[in-house]
Parts: sequence; structure tokens; C-alpha cells
Amino acid sequence: MAVPSPTFSLSKHSVSNPPSFLASNPSSDPSKAPVLRPRNAFGCKANLGGVEQTRLRLWNNLKTNSDLRLQALREPPGLTKELESDKSERMERIEHGTDLFDEMKQRFLSFKKHKYMQNLELYEKLAKDQAPKFMVIACADSRVCPSSILGFQPGEAFVVRNVANMVPPYENGPSETNAGLEFAVNSLKVENILVIGHSRCGGIRALMSMHDDVETSSLIGSWVSVGMNARVKTKAATKLLNFDQQCKHCEKESVNCSLVNLLTYPWVEEKVRNGELAIHGGYYDFVDCAFEKWTLDYKESNLKDKSGKVAVKDRAFWF
Amino acid sequence: MSSSSRHAGMGNLSLKEAIEGLKKLLIHHDKDEQLNKELETKIEKLISELLGTTPHDCHPVGRILDGFQRFKTTKFEMYPELFRELAERQTPKFMVFACCDSRVSPSIILDFQPGEAFIFRNIANLVPPFNQLRYSGVGAAIEYAVVHLNVENILVIGHSRCGGIERLMSHPEDGSTDNDFIDDWVQIGLPAKAKVKAEFGHLPPDEQKRKCEMEAVNLSLTNLQTYPYVRERMAKNALALRGGYYDFVKGCFKLWEVKSIITPPIHR
Repeated sequence: MAVPSPTFSLSKHSVSNPPSFLASNPSSDPSKAPVLRPRNAFGCKANLGGVEQTRLRLWNNLKTNSDLRLQALREPPGLTKELESDKSERMERIEHGTDLFDEMKQRFLSFKKHKYMQNLELYEKLAKDQAPKFMVIACADSRVCPSSILGFQPGEAFVVRNVANMVPPYENGPSETNAGLEFAVNSLKVENILVIGHSRCGGIRALMSMHDDVETSSLIGSWVSVGMNARVKTKAATKLLNFDQQCKHCEKESVNCSLVNLLTYPWVEEKVRNGELAIHGGYYDFVDCAFEKWTLDYKESNLKDKSGKVAVKDRAFWF
Repeated sequence: MSSSSRHAGMGNLSLKEAIEGLKKLLIHHDKDEQLNKELETKIEKLISELLGTTPHDCHPVGRILDGFQRFKTTKFEMYPELFRELAERQTPKFMVFACCDSRVSPSIILDFQPGEAFIFRNIANLVPPFNQLRYSGVGAAIEYAVVHLNVENILVIGHSRCGGIERLMSHPEDGSTDNDFIDDWVQIGLPAKAKVKAEFGHLPPDEQKRKCEMEAVNLSLTNLQTYPYVRERMAKNALALRGGYYDFVKGCFKLWEVKSIITPPIHR
């Protein structure tokens, strides 16, 4: 039985630049900063305990002149106990503006205490092997983490995150996204692929804003061009809508394009055809907090019309 | 709400009511944190049991729906002001590179909240060197995070038992096997592999893999500095680069920082 060995500790020496760690609303008064107390999802099986209180607050500029140098040290387990019992001191440090690494260390130790140690059996099993049933392709956007919004627990979902949750087609050649796809489908043998788009996507906005005739020199432009089909379809279908509405339409259209691109991979298509793999699209709207999901209807897709419209089934809308 | 055969006697309505009632208890006050945490754990356990769900019984769609409903109830609706602001814009202070591995979500192990970290996940958390013709996916993410979102920190997190690093270390380089997409991708890590083989070639394969998992993080940190906008921000002290390593076998986390020091002239 694996016994967790000592955690690391940080020694505070110097920091070159104290970044604002937790500011999500920089303009507001720190004393009124919201306190977000995350309660983790009840996993399907594991009884995962609550997470330590985490405060979202502004970085306190008291530490501007101090420096911090980090070292990873090995400390005996006793230090962990000492840290956990020294709560009042910790609260005082938080009150005076906890620095970046202290916060990160507290979060990790909290994860370890309330999740890892509470579910040792599960984590030991996961340490040997992972067998996720899902592969999720989501945007790197800080607001759309699949673990947060859909409650995926450790071991449940193999997650690829890139700009605008795009899947390039097979003929584009190797990329980080299809390397992940290959591993998930052929090695891990996931049963579901879920591509999740979202509202107010910067990548899709960039795609919609690109000029038709100008060759892009930015890497963002090069990447989001993968979604060019989605842009063309959107522009054709939404002539009367304003730019924001067009972007929203494109966010969903791009998910469908990615689903179609998934089928260009022979080993993906084969598994879908055999019923071993299901492909789903999703759309997370964080303005209204709603989630839309649909499943690719493969048999119908074989008969899709010349315009290449994707046939879907099991559409659901959760709000 | 999904119901299992174990609760055949309970109507759906009473099950739902019971769970709603329990959820209300989760709204706790700041008075006693310790008591709240214990209570929270017990309540969550009860709700799990009522739902009668296990990962293997779960219908995939039901699983996602449950997860979303929990998120909506326990986070989105609890902090409307915060989420309203996030809907307008994101201002994450972090960009994180992590592996796709299902066991290493940065939001879970480092408790990143919505809006805190722009997270890019790929096989073996690799960052290729700056290249305008290839790897535009990674480049696009770095460009977006550094230039448009103005992140102040980039954190690259490696982890134990990484399948991508294993593939890298075990792949023969004599051309005897074909490369597929995975091999093409993990070859970004070849300099790390070479270093590990040179310095630690005497160690058993598992130990070498572990060394490579950490060395690959350092390689990614080095590669990050080949991106012009990253270099520029670092020179102004507006961007810090850090490496991390999550060992889920031992339950520990290492964190380190990139620093460059230019010494004064050594001789006249």
C-alpha cells in the first residue's frame, strides 16, 4: 500500500516580481472581494471532502519590495502536520496578503488532505493506470474548465484544451490535438468524445474578425483558420445578425466542424461505425449558465446532403 | 435526476426533495470551519448514496448533466456577481501547461477557480520552440495568453507515470518503427531524453522516465523563452516562468522558478 511520502515545502528568500495572484476584479475594493468557497462535485463514486476555503482577493502590495526564491525541499511528514495545525498563523498570513506560493502550497495541501488522503484507495488505483470513459476537447479559456463546470473527477476524462476547442482534420498532419486524440482513442480506448464550445470565445472572435484576403502573420490567426469552414457557413447563415450574434452562431458551428473533422481520422470513424465510440458536441453559455449538448448521428451523417450539414440526435438543453 | 433500482420504493419527487434539503445545509456560515468541513463531507456522502451513482454505472450523458447541475447550484448561482463579471471578460493571472492525463487536472490539484488560469493541456505538457510554420496550436495559446490576456505567470506542470514521456523514452530512434501522431508530437522532448540518457543512463528505466518527466518541464520552460513576446515580458519583469511536478504516486508537488542572472564582468 503506497504511503504518501513527504510533501515539499517552500522557503521564502526572494521574489523578483510579485504577481497579482487572485485578482478577478482588480478595480473593486479588496475588503469587498467575493469569497468563493469551492465545494467539489460529488463524484460518481468517491466521497470527496470539501475543499479548504479559498478567497479571491486582490494582491496586497505590501510585499512589492520583497523577493522570493523557491526551492523544492524534502521535509519529514511532521512538517505537514505542523502546517495544518498552525491555522491561526495561516489565517494571519492570509489577512496580510498571502504570497503566491504560499497560496498554491495551501491549495495543494488542502487537495491532499481533503481529496487525496480521503480517497487513498481510488488514488492508488489511479496511480497504476487511468481508464477514462471520456475524452474532452475544450477551450483553454479560464472560465470553462471541464472539471469545474461538468464535475469531472480525477480519472474520468482525458482533456485536451486548446484555443477555441478546435480539432484540425486528418489531412492537416500532426498537431498536439490529434496526438491527444490518437492516444485517447487507440491507447486509452475512450468511449466518448465531447467537444465543448463556449460563449464569448476570443478565438472564434479572432476567426470572425480575420480579413479574407490578408495572410495572417500571427499564430492565433494560423491556428483558428482551422475553423474557416465554420466561418463561411456562419457568414452565409447570419447575414442579418450583428457581429456578436454571428460570433455566437460560429461558436456552435465550429463545434460541428470539429465533430466532422473527427470523422476524417480513419481509426475514429471505424470505432464510431462499430458503435465503440460516440461523438458529442456541447456548448457552455456562461452568460446565462446553460449547457447544450448533442450527439453525432453517424448513420444519418452517411446520407448528409451536399452542404455537409451534420446530422445530430439526442439534443438537450440544461439551464 | 437519475434514480437507481436500489431506491425503487422512493418516488422521484421525494428523492429530489431530500437532495435539495441536504444541499441547503451546505450553505454554511463562517463560524466554525472545521465543523463545516466535516458536515460538508457527510452531506456530500449522503447525497452520493441517495443518487446511487458509481462511475461504472453512470450513463455518460447523465453523468455530465449531474456535474453541470452541481456546478450551477453550488457555484454559479452562489456567486452571481463574480460570474457576471467573468462573463464580460477574463483576466487570468496564470497560464498553465498541463498534461491531458485524466488524473492531473490543475483545477483539482491546485484548486484554480473560474477566471484564474488559462489552461492549455496537451500530451506530456510539452511546449515546442517558437516556429511560425508548425505547432501553431501551442503558439496561438501563448500569443493569446501573453499578448492579449497579459498573464503574469506561466506554469508548466509535469507529472508521474506520464504516458507521453514513456512513449518518448521507449521509442527507438533508429527508424525501425513508423511514427504516428503521438510520436511526432513527443519528439519535441528529444533534448530532454538525450540529457537523461547521458546523465542517468545507469538508472533503471522507471527512474529514467521520472527524471525525463521533470527534465521535459525544464525543456518546455526553455522553449517558452524562444517566443519573442515571452522574452520581452520577462525582460520587463512582467512575466514569471515556473515549473511544477505532481507525483500522484507519492502525493506530493514540487514547484520551482526560472531565474536568469547576469553577473557583472568577470574580468576587465
